[in-house]
Amino acid sequence: MGRYIARRLLLTIPVLLGSTFLIFAMVYALPGDPIAALAGDRPLAPGVVAELKDRYNLNDPLLVQYGKYLGALLQGDLGTDFAGRSVSETVAERLPVTVKLALVAVGFEALIGLIAGVLAGIRKDSFFDNLVLVTTIAVVSVPVFVLGFVAQITLALRLNLFPISGIGEGLYSYLLPGFVLGSLSLAVVARLTRTSLVENLRNDYVRTARAKGLPPRTVLAKHALRNSLIPVVTFLGADLGALLSGAIVTEGIFNIPGLGRTVFQAVQSGEGAVVVGVVTLFIFFYIVFNLVIDIAYAALDPRIRYE
Amino acid sequence: MSSPPNVSSGQGQDGSLLRSSDAPDPTQSRLPVTTDDTSTGGDRQASLWSDAWRQLRRNPIFIVASMLLLVLAVMAAFPQLFTNTDPRSCDLANSRGGPGTNGAWFGYDLQGCDYYANVIYGARVSMTIGVFVVGSSLFIGVVLGALAGFYGGWFDSLMSRITDIFFGLPLILGAILLLNAFTGERGTFQVGLALIAFGWMTILRLLRSSVISVKAADYVQAARALGANDWRIITTHILPNAIAPVLVYATILIGGVIAAEATLSFLGIGLQLPAISWGLQINGARNFVRTSPYLLLIPSAFLSATVLCFIMLGDALRDALDPKLR
Repeated sequence: MGRYIARRLLLTIPVLLGSTFLIFAMVYALPGDPIAALAGDRPLAPGVVAELKDRYNLNDPLLVQYGKYLGALLQGDLGTDFAGRSVSETVAERLPVTVKLALVAVGFEALIGLIAGVLAGIRKDSFFDNLVLVTTIAVVSVPVFVLGFVAQITLALRLNLFPISGIGEGLYSYLLPGFVLGSLSLAVVARLTRTSLVENLRNDYVRTARAKGLPPRTVLAKHALRNSLIPVVTFLGADLGALLSGAIVTEGIFNIPGLGRTVFQAVQSGEGAVVVGVVTLFIFFYIVFNLVIDIAYAALDPRIRYE
Repeated sequence: MSSPPNVSSGQGQDGSLLRSSDAPDPTQSRLPVTTDDTSTGGDRQASLWSDAWRQLRRNPIFIVASMLLLVLAVMAAFPQLFTNTDPRSCDLANSRGGPGTNGAWFGYDLQGCDYYANVIYGARVSMTIGVFVVGSSLFIGVVLGALAGFYGGWFDSLMSRITDIFFGLPLILGAILLLNAFTGERGTFQVGLALIAFGWMTILRLLRSSVISVKAADYVQAARALGANDWRIITTHILPNAIAPVLVYATILIGGVIAAEATLSFLGIGLQLPAISWGLQINGARNFVRTSPYLLLIPSAFLSATVLCFIMLGDALRDALDPKLR
């Protein structure tokens, strides 16, 4: 187990290097001169420009800039934006907001998605089953920004059930954006749970469990469900990483000051350090979640052992 | 790998539709593998594809979805057939006139342009981008995936690492970055390129894993023993039997790409005015949702319906191509 984790962590190094370089190259190619933008209408003195360009390594070629960035990164320094604020500070301030949003979304996915999927799975072909199928396929085909908008207009603006935007009302204001963010995956979780439960309920071991007289509840909870959850857990884990970037759209619509909005604004204003820092963090989360999921397999499925 | 299920066993007992797992998962792609090769020509052609086609023809969901997509395709190619009004001839006097004003079915937008004509012309961008992006991704993914799966070795490892790197960067985020790095005009082509750059990986992985599991099949060994070269083995023996899960995924991906284009245009970094796109129309509607909700709802409905059609088509294809579900 320890060796497996070590090997996996080693494998993430080239991936992280490659992804950060990819982002770095794209940010490097962003048009516009950030130093000139800093000054506004009155151009800066040439000496100041030279000093600033030097401080942000803007005169170096791409590879040298990247090397210097990595060097700083290894010492835990994410750099500073052009306003002089350290990126780590921005991240520390915005990250909890996005994490809360993502957790609310995953909470919805796990709770509603699993319940709907299980109920549809044990009553295959029932009315409820068909209802779940139709609803999920409808939800999947509506793009998130459309759903967010419509939810904002109807539930928040017209019916006044939720705050329209911002996070002024604590956890309550995360509910609607969290639901919108998680809606697509919620539908996928429901269908995945249903399909995998239906498949497992047909298996011999379930018949055996029933035949030896176990109560239906135990058969479902201890035998069928445990095996059915493996693909669902995989999906939820991979999804946590995807949610962070999905937050770009949702945070924009609901005006939530999280990392998604930060990175979007940073891309548009050419704040390279912020973009690279935040996106690297996203990728790191994505890789870590995937590793955690792979380890969770072993807990769910006793046949899987990592040597 | 489990033994490949045989296709020729009973077809279509289960008349019900949409009964399959969602979101194709590259780690557990099921492989429909047929043991009788079409080219050998038996008494009855029972290849995977003819079986699938027979089942598809009887599937109402497939028929409805493909009919709707046909209409959308005609709409994209010849919008003049649906409307005589020029979407760009606008009269400010009509600004935000609701549906029914002056006989305009969907009313007018902020600039006083006929909204029905605009929504009809919006189909072109969506369909073009969907087909362009998925076609190119298929080309990249199938060529590289087949080579990686068939030859393995260092090329395979290299491809795995590269896909890992691109997977780390989510589609929308990567496309936002790339589109901002493009200087100059951002048109359909640029948006398409950005979506290809971060959308091709899953196809490669799916094809690679299905090529690997087909590669060991007896008929491939037989073809090799008969002296077929690699090219012939890959194109006539392996690909036809390995491509089914990829085609299912690609069909659904068209819907995903269309939604992604609309999202990018909505965020203001995809297409730009005066281009006509559903995403741009939804973006333009955002300030008038209270007073003129139809400006938001109509393009949203068209966009969602298009995505829905591709998802249903993909679902129907999966049901037809996956013998395990029969």
